Amino acid sequence: MRYAMAVDTKKCVGCSDCVVACQTENDVPIGYCRDWIVEVTDGTYPQLELEHRSERCNHCENSPCVRCCPTGASHYSDGGIVLVTKNKCIGCGACIASCPYDARFTHPKGYVDKCTFCIHRVKKGQEPACVAVCPTKCMYFGDLDDPNSDVSKVIKKRKYKTLIPEAGTQPQLYFLI
Amino acid sequence: MGKSRRDFIKISALGAVGVLVGSRLLTAQNNTVIPESLKGPWLMPEDLHRTPTYCEVCFWKCAGWTYKNKDGQIQKIIGNDDDPNSNGRFCPRGTGGVGMYYDEDRLKTPLIRVEAADGTQTYKEVSWEEAFDYIQEKLEKVIKKHGPESLALFTHGSGGTYFGNLLKALGSQNITAPSYAQCRGPREVGFIATFGEGLSSPEPTDIRDCKCMVLIGSHIGENMHNGHVQEMSDAIDKGATIITVDPRFSTAASKSKHWLPIKPSTDIALLMAWIHVLIYEERYDKKYVEQYTFGFEQLKAHVKHMTPEWAYGITTIKPQVIRETAREMSYASPATIIHPGRHVTWYGDDTQRLRAVAILNALLGSWGRRGGFYIPDKAKVPGVPHPPYPEPKKTWRDAMNGKYELADLALANGVCDATIPSATNDANVKAWIVNGTNLIETLPNRPKTLEAINALDLMVVVDTMPMEITGYADVVLPECTYLERYDSLRLTQHREPTISLRMPAMKPKYDSKPAWWMAKNLAERLGKGEYFPFDSIEEELDFQLKKVGSSLEEMQSIGVKKMEREYDDLYYRDGEEIEFNTNTGKIELYSTSLEEYGFDPMPKYTAHPEPPEGYYRLIYGRAPMHTFSRTANNPNLTDLMDENTVWVNPKVAKEWDLQNGQEIYLQNQDNVVSTFPIKVRITERIRWDSVYMVHGFGHSKKQLSRAFGRGASDTELITNVMMDPIMGGTGMRGNFITFRFNKA
Repeated sequence: MRYAMAVDTKKCVGCSDCVVACQTENDVPIGYCRDWIVEVTDGTYPQLELEHRSERCNHCENSPCVRCCPTGASHYSDGGIVLVTKNKCIGCGACIASCPYDARFTHPKGYVDKCTFCIHRVKKGQEPACVAVCPTKCMYFGDLDDPNSDVSKVIKKRKYKTLIPEAGTQPQLYFLI
Repeated sequence: MGKSRRDFIKISALGAVGVLVGSRLLTAQNNTVIPESLKGPWLMPEDLHRTPTYCEVCFWKCAGWTYKNKDGQIQKIIGNDDDPNSNGRFCPRGTGGVGMYYDEDRLKTPLIRVEAADGTQTYKEVSWEEAFDYIQEKLEKVIKKHGPESLALFTHGSGGTYFGNLLKALGSQNITAPSYAQCRGPREVGFIATFGEGLSSPEPTDIRDCKCMVLIGSHIGENMHNGHVQEMSDAIDKGATIITVDPRFSTAASKSKHWLPIKPSTDIALLMAWIHVLIYEERYDKKYVEQYTFGFEQLKAHVKHMTPEWAYGITTIKPQVIRETAREMSYASPATIIHPGRHVTWYGDDTQRLRAVAILNALLGSWGRRGGFYIPDKAKVPGVPHPPYPEPKKTWRDAMNGKYELADLALANGVCDATIPSATNDANVKAWIVNGTNLIETLPNRPKTLEAINALDLMVVVDTMPMEITGYADVVLPECTYLERYDSLRLTQHREPTISLRMPAMKPKYDSKPAWWMAKNLAERLGKGEYFPFDSIEEELDFQLKKVGSSLEEMQSIGVKKMEREYDDLYYRDGEEIEFNTNTGKIELYSTSLEEYGFDPMPKYTAHPEPPEGYYRLIYGRAPMHTFSRTANNPNLTDLMDENTVWVNPKVAKEWDLQNGQEIYLQNQDNVVSTFPIKVRITERIRWDSVYMVHGFGHSKKQLSRAFGRGASDTELITNVMMDPIMGGTGMRGNFITFRFNKA
């Protein structure tokens, strides 16, 4: 089982629904976020291009954040989802420094927090909150080991990119382009 | 005439709470929405871990579920799968609606304006009893002296149903929403003149099945009309062609096959040139036009000279692009939508521009066809029984001197005019109730709004938040949010008619109350209790639902109920005989009704004033995480976007030596300077002759702790209003700004 997510940049409008839905689903305090929107403009008026994408932790297969954690709080869980065990985390911040995607943050309560692929929902057969709310339905989630899952089908059909592939982290967040 | 001018009360120096024992209030209405003694086969909010609601953050009214956590507090709001408006997915504003409930800056108690010993005006916290006493006394005085026709209601929220009922019961028809003459009015009148019917809301655009969609003055994707954004995404998946006409590279433009960076204010020329191409290249739907339309030959002669070459000189869009895009529309026809847009009050000739949009749709045969415009239907539920409303002897129209007779709804600016005493004002409005609309940020030409307010004998503002409009009120009544109350059933139109229930998830916070309770109390006091025959809103809703085979109990568990369509077909059948609600019974390409009233029967292009040297046209729009000025203090939504910026083209920035993020003031052509500075956003996405900002920021009320002073208000810079002579719409895009580095 290998969980992954795909975001279709052709449909994402950068509305930030994924951000606020994640906050209300996961009690993320105001001022912090587990996912965010990136907007990139290219060109000169009127030859222009615009890309919107919803970013979060990439749940990398070769994650530096798991490797550098001194307590083992940062670990791989079901389907390769990267999680932080709150009460093992000492808030040292090594993982934050090691992540090339700036995906982690220190929760006001002292432990390090980030996207969990809504594992509590996934275990119940539901999609992560961001995927379930997205009004343009531009997000796909599922098991890459299952050729019939939404995410497997869509990355077979479409061109995609991952972020900072040269860092060698093997990110599991695919951006359809 | 009030003793002193109505000063804007800036600081909440609240005096002692007025304590009054006594109960002319309805039974047991302390902090509960429902009377203690209520019995009924329905559940209370505390018995349910999820309650149905429909959203009040914007006007789409998506149906959803409010979930509570194990402590019984609101956790999150998600969509109802059975709702055609939302299809189970809420937009960011709906998802962030929890913030409306938790916003600690909410209005908490009723307030009455009082004058202190030193002459300054402030608000005193009072009980509901005292507030109602005050309103009753003032209203009775106004009605006795000036008649019930001197009352007016401005509403842009669900509470309008109840205050509207109250006003009509008293004998006034001056009920208005800014969503008409400040927003979609011109398109309603333009489409009524053409097709015999308007669009209403949500617009029946069959986006999910369209093959070509033309957005001219619409920025879906930043304008977060939920179901329509969803359907545009479906259309993109199916390979639909999107054509966007916008001086700004909007999100929709970035997803378009063709983006036409039009010179602002020249849209009618482009629309007429498209009509010319379709007619002279014979690419219109001949069968449809022959069977259903009137005035084709006149239209053909009218657009003869309106060639793409002619339009190029006006719009800067190349002739070949105009031809190519017209052909795209024709290839996809009838599954082509020239989107009517929503906020269309721009330059004063807006009804005519929307006539051109309607004509284009008619030539493509999209009205009543799949992928074009479907035939909507809405659920019919009997109203609440009450005695007939008294007939008012006059309305706001009596102040209009015969103008704007084609307006099919009341003009908010018209009611304003009817409030300002003058020799020509026969309507003589003296008292306002304002519910759920921040008129200070909504109506352009703020000095006029203030002039009207100062002429009032009574102003009551009902709101959830201390918005700017509350600073001018005599009485402020704190409404609880939609998450804490029942409201009337949602019966909006769609492909499938549905009924949707709003019930509270929580009891009202602080001393806030629902609108129906306020209206009923006032009605009882003013001798109109028979217009509110039920003791509780639960009984009223249950009564209505039982008439259509449902019940309050059923609706509490399903939230949305689908009903049968009255008309079988979503679309016209091929060759079907149809009579349109126009003078000729046909779709009027040549408008006989406009001609009757002395207006051009077919649209003409008029050049509009351009910005002078050193000035830029002010264009404004929406952000997907905000609704006007309503959400600028919502903690969840300000977390996503907490201020607006002014978009400036890099060439212009270079000329003025502006840096990204630099704070500057904006000054308009009438020398109005923005109260607050705004940060510069240097971007290639905006033309060099314009600047762009998102509407709804620059709040000036300190009690809005998150919104105060953040960004700038576009509304205060909109002082030049271009009036639409046909229906009285207030065109707002004829304002030009320049930059100032300091305020003084």
